[in-house]
Amino acid sequence: MSNLGTEQNPLCAAIVGSGPSGFYATEALLRAEPMVLVDMYERLPSPFGLVRSGVAPDHPKLKQAISVYEQIAESPEFRFMGNVTVGRDVSVAELKECYHVIVFTCGAETDRQLGVPGEHLAGSHTATEFVGWYNGHPDYRDLTFDLSHETAVVIGQGNVAIDVCRLLAKTVDELKHSDIAQHALEVLANSRVRDIYMIGRRGAAQAKFTHQELRELGELADCEPVVDPDDLELNPASREELADRRNRANIKSYEVLQQFASRPPPTRGRRCHLHFLKSPVEFKGGGSLERVVLVKNRLEGEPSHQVACPTDEMEELACGVLFRSIGYRGVAMPGVPFDDRRGVFPNQDGRIVDGSGVVPGMYVAGWIKRGPTGIIGTNRADSVATVQSLLDDLPKLDANKKPGAERLEPLLAGRGVRVVSYADWQKIDAAEVRSGEARGKPREKFTRVAEMLAVLPEAV
Amino acid sequence: MTTIVTDNCKRCRFTDCVTVCPVACFHGDDEMLYIDNEVCIDCGACIPLCPVEAIYEDPIPEDKEQWIEINEERAPGLPVIRDKQDPYPGAEERKEELGFAD
Repeated sequence: MSNLGTEQNPLCAAIVGSGPSGFYATEALLRAEPMVLVDMYERLPSPFGLVRSGVAPDHPKLKQAISVYEQIAESPEFRFMGNVTVGRDVSVAELKECYHVIVFTCGAETDRQLGVPGEHLAGSHTATEFVGWYNGHPDYRDLTFDLSHETAVVIGQGNVAIDVCRLLAKTVDELKHSDIAQHALEVLANSRVRDIYMIGRRGAAQAKFTHQELRELGELADCEPVVDPDDLELNPASREELADRRNRANIKSYEVLQQFASRPPPTRGRRCHLHFLKSPVEFKGGGSLERVVLVKNRLEGEPSHQVACPTDEMEELACGVLFRSIGYRGVAMPGVPFDDRRGVFPNQDGRIVDGSGVVPGMYVAGWIKRGPTGIIGTNRADSVATVQSLLDDLPKLDANKKPGAERLEPLLAGRGVRVVSYADWQKIDAAEVRSGEARGKPREKFTRVAEMLAVLPEAV
Repeated sequence: MTTIVTDNCKRCRFTDCVTVCPVACFHGDDEMLYIDNEVCIDCGACIPLCPVEAIYEDPIPEDKEQWIEINEERAPGLPVIRDKQDPYPGAEERKEELGFAD
């Protein structure tokens, strides 16, 4: 019987990624019966992943999830290893040498592609870029968005698509006391966008957004939702879907759409048009985007399995700026198996697998495990399930003592990496909050890694 | 915004809801669960997981309004329930009785 998981030989776990699934995996490991030490690796100096840089700035309540992560981070068995890129600053092989287990919780960092001509014309952006930009993520700091056009198009009908629409639709007064990045607030203040079109390939009964997010589009200061009542006509299969109580989330959204469709003609300065059963087939423009060609779809298939099939009916929509929000996709990491079709780390119940079976000691949770679905809390159940698999495997793991970050810290210092500890992050955090105070914002985020590091003393 | 647990929760203990709560805001006594709205972030993750549709968010139906106060009064004093528990004996029958048979 090995002593792995005892005071003498604690289970050393590396978590790669500091978003919700990373913190929930940490929580589950620290609450488990065996003695576990968790070192969390994050490529930015700042933790909290998409809760910091994905959740919209005007949704502060959702960001309160951070207070739970802060409590987890206070645990003496936890160590934050910020500003360290796994796969570049330290290899997965090196992590394997220093830890009994690695749990990858690095999310889905890129976008799915539409695969239509002109997709990459200037003026055509991904939602990820726009969201990262308005949330002050350093990767997107230097992007530019030309909002001098009156018409913007958002492709996709999930909650991210709604966030993008809402940020384009809100007035500066509605945003200026949020933690939106100042550079984004200044650009949005000069936006000339008046008509926002949100385009979905399926029907009003299948849209992925939640009714809460949808409802907000009807509560804005200077923008009104516009829905064509004809778009709410349902085919028999869709009617059957909405009659099924298991689809009650879609029923609620559909009811909100009905309310939108029955509003009097819009009178406010901006409009958000929700269009269904249309897909982009081409983006046109000489040099930059000028028009998007849409094909009208019809739904085919059994209830709950309907797919959007193109008809031969086309239309063109003039627009100067467009955001593609059709889902995220995970990115491969050197030294870790990757399912290129699904954009995830292939796994069985959270155990990473390659062509020949389970890879010992390597686990995965969150979006990089199951794909980009669900909301913050979905990741808690998901991480708990992965940690359960990990704990079940404990007797099979290499039980030799592992050094964890004790060995890697000097190695990283030697490579010129300034590791950001949790105490360091707290200094950065406090500086952000202080700089937000002057503007009446909960915080003003640092949008460059160098700015964050400048708050800290030189590495010891 | 408010999210509350209501009477359908009684005598079930399916507790799928607590597994997706990002902030551990469910509390419970032997009878049912309650949400602490001081902690809840209104993400709504729990709502579709309740097999007996006991959880409501704004707009709360009129016949469930009394549960706002009950959640508010009872949740803070009771232990946090953050892990899935075994359903009570008779939970499936109760679910059927409420009209939520699979």
